[in-house]
Amino acid sequence: MASWVRPRRIPIVRIVVIALFLAFVLAPLYWVAITSIKPSDDYLAVPPVWFPDAPTMVHYEAALFAYRGLQGLINSIIISISATILSVSVGTLMAYSLARFNTGGQHLSFWVLSQRFLPPIAIILPLFLNYRLVGLQDTHVGMIVAYTVFTLPVSVWMMFAYFRQMPRSLEEAALVDGCTRWGALWSVAMPLAAPGIVAAAVFTFIACWTEFFFALVLTSRNAFTLPTVFRAFLSFQGAQYGEASALAIVSLVPSIILGVLVQKHLVRGLTLGAVRG
Amino acid sequence: MADVKIKGLYKRYGSFEAVRGIDLDIPDGEFTVLVGPSGCGKSTLLRTIAGLEEISGGEIAIGGEVVNDMRPRDRDVAMVFQDYALYPHMTVRNNIGFGLKARKMPQPEIDSRVDAAATMLGITALMDRLPRQISGGQRQRVAIGRAVVRNPRLFLFDEPLSNLDAQLRDEMRGEIKRLHRDISTTMIYVTHDQIEAMTLADRIVLMRDGVIEQEGAPLDLFERPATTFVAGFLGSPKMTFLSGRMVRVEGAVTIALDDGPRLPLPEGRIPDVADGRAVILGVRPEHISRATGPAAAPGSARLDAVIEFLQPTGSRTYATFRLGRAQVMAEFEAHDTGRPGETVPLDLNLSRASMFDAATQRAI
Repeated sequence: MASWVRPRRIPIVRIVVIALFLAFVLAPLYWVAITSIKPSDDYLAVPPVWFPDAPTMVHYEAALFAYRGLQGLINSIIISISATILSVSVGTLMAYSLARFNTGGQHLSFWVLSQRFLPPIAIILPLFLNYRLVGLQDTHVGMIVAYTVFTLPVSVWMMFAYFRQMPRSLEEAALVDGCTRWGALWSVAMPLAAPGIVAAAVFTFIACWTEFFFALVLTSRNAFTLPTVFRAFLSFQGAQYGEASALAIVSLVPSIILGVLVQKHLVRGLTLGAVRG
Repeated sequence: MADVKIKGLYKRYGSFEAVRGIDLDIPDGEFTVLVGPSGCGKSTLLRTIAGLEEISGGEIAIGGEVVNDMRPRDRDVAMVFQDYALYPHMTVRNNIGFGLKARKMPQPEIDSRVDAAATMLGITALMDRLPRQISGGQRQRVAIGRAVVRNPRLFLFDEPLSNLDAQLRDEMRGEIKRLHRDISTTMIYVTHDQIEAMTLADRIVLMRDGVIEQEGAPLDLFERPATTFVAGFLGSPKMTFLSGRMVRVEGAVTIALDDGPRLPLPEGRIPDVADGRAVILGVRPEHISRATGPAAAPGSARLDAVIEFLQPTGSRTYATFRLGRAQVMAEFEAHDTGRPGETVPLDLNLSRASMFDAATQRAI
């Protein structure tokens, strides 16, 4: 019996590729994590310090309070969550309209996506001037609006693709069964689009969370976001490696929590089995 | 319970006319089958009745009430879709009860009606499953249950059996027929399958290119097709079309098949067309039998032909002959067939065969 079994070959190439990939992803992360608890003298020590003898939390304290990292964190959470909710709800409704009623003919849907062809730097100055004019500069509302508009094309397109592959007949059945359009959207289309909505939300949140350029130009002392705090660590006094690392670790936490929360909702294929055999 | 009256119905998509001026009266309680090749407008017609497509012109009345601008939910019709369209995130029970819930029926009544429908369709064991956990045939039953439970005044079926395998399709066809017998609500059923049309319909409406080609009882359409299109669409194996000319010889009227024999037409089956006119003779396999007696039966023509090949089906055998330029298929008893290459005498029943004008393709 055993002689029939082909000897298992070790997938060397696969192991090497995965190892390289992990090293590329995890090594900097490890270095950041370790630097955030290193005493300042150990930053650039030769030979490198792989684990500090006397771990310290002073960089966290400095980053969060002295450099107002905590305020940036709170701002980022408020702005990113609000923009995500707005972008995904407006985007979902727009995508539904495009997919089901062919709103705007065949060009509007593409026009929406084309908004992303423009480099953000091209509109940042006029946006800044307009914001100053209407008093939205350095406000949470201003940032939420900017991020909503900025992320809308992608959430529309993600949901557009999702609705288009969902069989129309499900909503038609609901219409004949006694639902209004809204009823059919709410009780049939939306539950089935949930995985798509979650995916679009994650995508939008990450885009807002990591955005630096708009935040740099449009905010200063009040509505500044977490990424803009980092520029304070590169100053004439030298680079504050410890504080930068500490804040980097802090900024990862919400993304990781989000990832864990939505992981199971991201599983697609809920519509499988709806139709056909 | 309701009748359906359609007057001058048009449906356009841009410059394309999917339905072109349809007039149709469907009496209360009738089982009407809309049949035709794909793209003939039958599904579009059904969807306009359901209210899923806006109409471009004309009028649709259900139960005497014009429904042109009425929303689908207010028309009190139920529809069974080709892909079943079961809500994937709801259990079978909730799928069936969904329409009643949407209409704000009290829960105890929903429960009792859902249970009654499930019992009727034999799906009580599946009530807590999701659509993806049941088979294709079971899904179709659930879809029918979802329609039945609402007790609508009109049922619409959009090719409900075309995703099932052959055996299940036969079984479900019987179930739908039984359903109509039991609840006798008006039903409109779309299919491209002529067997479904023949077996289910009280009346067949055969469509082509957005217009009604012919309507009537199944056997009327089958025996007396108005055009070559109808004749060719209904019946399996298909009707064979033989082209020829009317020729009068010494008082007798014959059809001279192109490069083939002359067939004398029986009394009462002589069309009123000019001598020499090009005609088409439509012959179904059952119109040709293996000759037995010394002379042709009344109304039949006797001829000899060589068997080209045989297709036994078990109960019957289809034999293919060459007649003039055309191939003709005959239906024989399974055991009395002869062999390929053998010349056999045939009786062609001309009083049952169809005749068409070659120019207009219409029956004569």
